[in-house]
Amino acid sequence: MFDFGIVTKWINDLLLGVMPQWLATTIECAIVGVALLLMYSVIAIIYIFYERKVCGWIQCRLGPMRVGPWGLLQVFADVFKILTKELITLWDTDRLLFMLAPYFVVVASMLMFACLPWGNGLQMIDMNIGVFFIAAVSSIGVLGILLAGWSSNSKYTLIGAMRSGAQMVSYEISTGIAMMTVICLAGTMSISGIVEAQKDGWFIFTGHIPAIIAFVIYIIAANAENNRGPFDLPEAEHELTAGYHTEYSGIHFGFFYLAEYLNLFIVSGIAALLFLGGWMPLHISGLDAFNNVMDYIPSPVWFLGKAFFMSFVFMWIRWSFPRVRIDQMLKLEWKYLMPLGLFNLVLMALCVSFGLHF
Amino acid sequence: MANIQEKISALCPSATFDESGELLLVNVPDENWHALAKALKEELHFDLLNAVAGVDWKESLGCMYYLTNTETQEMIHVKVATTDRETPRLHTVSDVWAVANYQEREVYDFFGIEFINHPDMRRFFLRNDWVGYPLRKDYDANPELNPLRLEAEENEDDTYALVEDEKGEIKRVDKKVFGPDEYVINVGPQHPSTHGVMRYRAAIDGEVVKKVDVVSGYIHRGIEKLCEDLTYPSMLLYTERMDYMGAHMNRHATCLCIEKALGIEVPHRAEVIRMMMDELMRLSSHLLSYGCLTMDQGATTAFFYGFRERELIYDIFDKTCGARMSMSYDTIGGVVRDVDPEFVNDVRKACDAIEKAIPEYHKLFSGNVIALGRMKDVGTLSLEDAKNYAITGPSGRASGFHCDVRKTQPYSLYNEVEFDEVVYENGDSFDRYMVRMKEMEQSIKILRQCCDMMDKEGHQGEFCAKVPKIIKLPAGHWYQQVEASRGAFGVYLESDGEGKPFQHPYRIHFQSPCFNLVGVVDLTCKDNLIADLITITASLDYVIPDIDR
Repeated sequence: MFDFGIVTKWINDLLLGVMPQWLATTIECAIVGVALLLMYSVIAIIYIFYERKVCGWIQCRLGPMRVGPWGLLQVFADVFKILTKELITLWDTDRLLFMLAPYFVVVASMLMFACLPWGNGLQMIDMNIGVFFIAAVSSIGVLGILLAGWSSNSKYTLIGAMRSGAQMVSYEISTGIAMMTVICLAGTMSISGIVEAQKDGWFIFTGHIPAIIAFVIYIIAANAENNRGPFDLPEAEHELTAGYHTEYSGIHFGFFYLAEYLNLFIVSGIAALLFLGGWMPLHISGLDAFNNVMDYIPSPVWFLGKAFFMSFVFMWIRWSFPRVRIDQMLKLEWKYLMPLGLFNLVLMALCVSFGLHF
Repeated sequence: MANIQEKISALCPSATFDESGELLLVNVPDENWHALAKALKEELHFDLLNAVAGVDWKESLGCMYYLTNTETQEMIHVKVATTDRETPRLHTVSDVWAVANYQEREVYDFFGIEFINHPDMRRFFLRNDWVGYPLRKDYDANPELNPLRLEAEENEDDTYALVEDEKGEIKRVDKKVFGPDEYVINVGPQHPSTHGVMRYRAAIDGEVVKKVDVVSGYIHRGIEKLCEDLTYPSMLLYTERMDYMGAHMNRHATCLCIEKALGIEVPHRAEVIRMMMDELMRLSSHLLSYGCLTMDQGATTAFFYGFRERELIYDIFDKTCGARMSMSYDTIGGVVRDVDPEFVNDVRKACDAIEKAIPEYHKLFSGNVIALGRMKDVGTLSLEDAKNYAITGPSGRASGFHCDVRKTQPYSLYNEVEFDEVVYENGDSFDRYMVRMKEMEQSIKILRQCCDMMDKEGHQGEFCAKVPKIIKLPAGHWYQQVEASRGAFGVYLESDGEGKPFQHPYRIHFQSPCFNLVGVVDLTCKDNLIADLITITASLDYVIPDIDR
């Protein structure tokens, strides 16, 4: 398996050869930042197109077909449109918070984005509490949504923000517990550590029943945390017109939109990391020839493939189910998912301590 | 009939009767009307108020109340009038039949008749600052009196009631619709789920809806007023612009009413074609309703499934009528032209396709656990309320109300075909939805029988009776109802028998089923969540242009 650490090390050595340490670090940070922003926008464009096509396919339609071949340029046209639109500021809004809110949402998703294990040695932030960091920064997004809802000075946005607060805070517990179950199995919080631990088999296979339960809990909770159908209550187009971002226009609305698609990629990426081995190829112990062939597929392809597959599952869910109601949603979390998650965590701990997993 | 007449004269000696028309007409002085109304409902079981049509008879102003006994299906109509044109006042019956609440507001809006003891005397369609009452014969249509106003009316929260005390003195009591402490959100007029320009003002407590106020009239076109300036054939055009998802039925009802007045017999072939068109329309309407109900609950995919099959029906309309939406196909005496040669085949194919698709719909939505959770026991309407609010059509039948006009008062050839009236019991949103799904199967059944009838008729035949070039109705009034997609659609037609060289209707009133449906929004949404408001209004399945005629 090719280790991208060799490339990064080579760049680092090259820079250190001609400049002092501090300058080299600064330049490296700048390169990483630019790469991050670039990946962020490229993934967003791919995802918007991806979701439209999948949605069209599920709904017996073709999806975008007019702009460019197979509608490939439709997203660019839309981005251009959104960039040229006027930023409308309303009367009697809290101007500062109103402007600030979309940035909170985007920054939160960028921070999570930076943690993803792109490939062998390709990772922007890799700290020993990586998963904990993801859980922590994901909560910043709620703040942005609450601010947007509050500062717009509109009843619809306020209801949307209230729903969002209740929903995201609740479901964070379940995602956290699902993550903890995996941490329990991996024995580390470091993202590279978790990937490394799945060298001989992905957790979904090696972790027995508790891993599968955790996987299902994670899918439901991540969907809810992401405000995607059937949990798109904060937006709830048919009830609240557009929920918390009703009053936003132009690129400010674009940021919410962007963050939504990127969050879809991020939760898929985290699902891939926690349960499907991150960038780790499919290894079956005992079949060395098969494992070697699998190793020839580059690690970023593995990671992106898994993330795209998970996203497809999320889209499938979104376009098939009707929306749940606020009371049903809270009931699902507090009465079913959370107790089940806690029970599952204990089960996993028992599995690990008695060595019952593969 | 004579029996009822005796009973009514025993209840109210001052009532006079007229049996010359199609139905028994009871003339009642206003001071006895309220007591008689109560007795009619409680003792003679006239529990369904079909229609209230305000009429300006020049020397007097008043209302026609059409009543039905839902057990025996007997119909009578009551005329209540006042000669005071300056401050016309009648007693309300909104406490007897709840549906009269909105009906009387409509009459107040157009004729200026104030109803004593009515709880909420606001205009229903027009703005509060409108000058004059448009359907009165002495209405001044000068545009300077009612210019195009560009500002919102200021006092939309103000209303009043005329309260009569025990001594018979009438006092005006000013009221507010919402209290100062209520948190009111505005749903509409521009909203994704009101299915048009409907507006609700909902007082909420957290997510719970406490009260809903219906504000209507955003696309009110005054069709009844417009029709008064048109001849009968050209008037038909407007009937399709009310409930566009029941265009054929609306036109059918109006044609039937005029044919009844003229005594024209419609050829058998035309009857079959009309019936087929009605049922195709019903299918298309229920498919749309499936799509909208599912989409309002967030299941966007199901919406496209409904639209996929609906396209087949529109193709059939396109081939035979030449238009997809407003078909203008029925005419006085029959239909405009014969059907397309492939019509019967196309209908058979569409029936097969839809029959195959219905299980798919159920698979996608009906059995879904989220959908069940959203619709079961949400917005329950009891049988008593359904009758009280005159909720007919699929929404009424979901509450166990046997109100299918095709069965109760068969018209066309509906008594010659075999089909079941779909009736459910619970009256919640899920039942309203299921009634529509089951009714589609019944419509297919009717269509197949009609196709066989058409086979016997052959490729060509007489599709329109001989009607005079210039249509003139004798003096009198008629009422005809048909089962439209959303309930009983009634046409009240009054002719003065005059007019040269062309005759216009003296008064035409369309009793649309959707108008009654919005009447129960407040009742069913109370103490439900905001999300339920959307589910309930979607399951009631009204069409806004039908409310705002």
